[in-house]
Amino acid sequence: MTDYFSVISAKAGIKSDGDPTLALDPHLRGGDAATRRQTEPVYEEQALPATRVRSYWQSVFYRLRHDPVTLVFGAIVLLIVLAAVFAPLLAPFDPFKESIVARLKPFGWRGHVLGTDELGRDMLSRLLFGGRVSLLMGVVPVSVASLIGGMLGVLGGFVGGRTNTAIMRMMDVFYAFPSVLLAVAIAGAMGGGMANGMLALTLVFIPPMCRVAETATTQVRALDFIEAARASGARTMTIIRYHVLSNVLGPVFIYASSLVSVSILLASGLSFLGLGVRPPVPDWGLMLSTLRQSIYVVPLVCALPGLAIFITSICCNLVSDGLRAAMDVRM
Amino acid sequence: MHPLSPDGLTVDPRDRGGLLQPLLIARGLRKHFPVKGSGEKTVKAVDGVSFTVRKGETLGIVGESGCGKSTLARLLLHLVVPDAGELVFDGDLVDTRELPVDALRRQVQIVFQDSYSSLNPRMPIRDSVAFGPFVQGKKKQQARDIACEMLGKVGLDPDVFGPRYPHELSGGQKQRVNIARALATEPRMVILDEPVSALDKSVEAQVLNLLRALKRQFNLTYLFISHDLNVVRYLSDRVLVMYLGRAVEIGPIDAVFERPRHPYTRALLASRPSMDPAQRIQEAPISGDPPNPIDPPSGCRFHTRCRFAEPPCEKTDPALGVWEGSQPHVVACHMHDVASGHSRLAHV
Repeated sequence: MTDYFSVISAKAGIKSDGDPTLALDPHLRGGDAATRRQTEPVYEEQALPATRVRSYWQSVFYRLRHDPVTLVFGAIVLLIVLAAVFAPLLAPFDPFKESIVARLKPFGWRGHVLGTDELGRDMLSRLLFGGRVSLLMGVVPVSVASLIGGMLGVLGGFVGGRTNTAIMRMMDVFYAFPSVLLAVAIAGAMGGGMANGMLALTLVFIPPMCRVAETATTQVRALDFIEAARASGARTMTIIRYHVLSNVLGPVFIYASSLVSVSILLASGLSFLGLGVRPPVPDWGLMLSTLRQSIYVVPLVCALPGLAIFITSICCNLVSDGLRAAMDVRM
Repeated sequence: MHPLSPDGLTVDPRDRGGLLQPLLIARGLRKHFPVKGSGEKTVKAVDGVSFTVRKGETLGIVGESGCGKSTLARLLLHLVVPDAGELVFDGDLVDTRELPVDALRRQVQIVFQDSYSSLNPRMPIRDSVAFGPFVQGKKKQQARDIACEMLGKVGLDPDVFGPRYPHELSGGQKQRVNIARALATEPRMVILDEPVSALDKSVEAQVLNLLRALKRQFNLTYLFISHDLNVVRYLSDRVLVMYLGRAVEIGPIDAVFERPRHPYTRALLASRPSMDPAQRIQEAPISGDPPNPIDPPSGCRFHTRCRFAEPPCEKTDPALGVWEGSQPHVVACHMHDVASGHSRLAHV
């Protein structure tokens, strides 16, 4: 009859010389203390082939680099951002300069590559400047909401219990309203203007961000490494900082990136309704609203702001999808 | 050589009571978890468990799934706060001014069963190992050096494995990392909560041998929890058998394995598959599932599944004897208690 452990240790590559008990313990392998010490620094797992080790973010960039769709649409988003940033340099005309004679002209009319609007202002210049507002309205509310919602979510998720219930039920109240309705209601109550529009959008995005952060935190909190960290004497804030945030950041970032296009659309909607940016500031939503009466005069020119919104938001969405594919990996 | 050290080991400078004082004394530990939405009902996970862990020994804890082994492990570190009972670590009462929980956690560490979830997936393993020393006041670089040294001690080349992430490691390697993580803070006692249950047999043997070697090297005391009786016998000096939140038998490993006294222990031991095909187990020595810990049976908790159950078993709860000194092997069974009124009184 074979001994239970000698069978195993033979497979495991531990040498046994007849007596099965010797195989059990490397320190018992005969000899005195001196020879025992000599055999010590042997790493059993050393022989494995050395593979390139990537950190999480390195692996994300690696996957992104090999995703042509995301790269192309990312480049378009980058172009849009650059165009908006360098609008003063790129714009051929003053976006605020009106002209009675040059109203509603088609593409290419006297140097106005994309025509003019109902007050004779250059469309290309206004689209370039309008991009600044739209992108700002897309990024700022989402960033602020991720920060606030994320903090609330991590707090609720980690502490759990009544604190979590209180936070999440409060968020559910906001959830009960459709996001467009909520944004319109808040912006309407506070009055128009860019700042109020941003504030309204931020409030709209806090609940979903909070929920995503809370879900991710709750999942992480149940894992043993949190318990192990606590067992090594770490305080709650230290655990959150070193162990929770690194696991929550990914999902929050992915979700936030998908909200950017929603935010751009909602901001345009607010401007369209007159609750966002005030004229004459160029904004895609507002331009769409004011040009809509002229749709039968110069249909192509009137469609331009809508096209800009469409392209920007679809590019943002596709980049967000690419980010999700690259980042949302189970490790 | 210290006169008290039995195998030539140096005495730990943190040692307070000498080698004869138990490292850990648990008295009447109890944890009842409330059941959500059922009002007063509670799951009696651990219900009055007392035992001692001597310095330098390995105490095995065995029992079926759900008998409270893991809860007990967490109670010992105050990861789950006990409802009642007390813990004395090397003469100091835990969670008082004598020994705050933080100070206890500097001396006791835990290795969990699930090697996957006990490492942060977003952290290189070197940093996971370094986290303990870092939290306990070491400088970042210092902690990292300790981590590399510990990885070496568990047989992982720190240069190759240090920067890797948990998903790049095998189950056995991850469990080695977990052991390194537990040892990085230089604990005196390590609680091993089913550390090899999720590993395949060959890796299991490697990890067990590693645990043995490390115990010797660092002069550790182990509390080894497992449902695998062979593994417990291989590693432990004494064993505690748990059933439904209670300790039913405690004794030296050979005494318990060769002369089990509690019918439950006997059934557990008989349920091990034999290596000899001629001695196949024809019938399960213990049938049915353990009773619901929300509403455990009256009297002896095992009487619903015990072949020898008699009226006294249903009425009175057998007490576990005092185990130290002349009685190293004790059992909570009426058959071993002269005054119980059980007809099949065994030779006590």
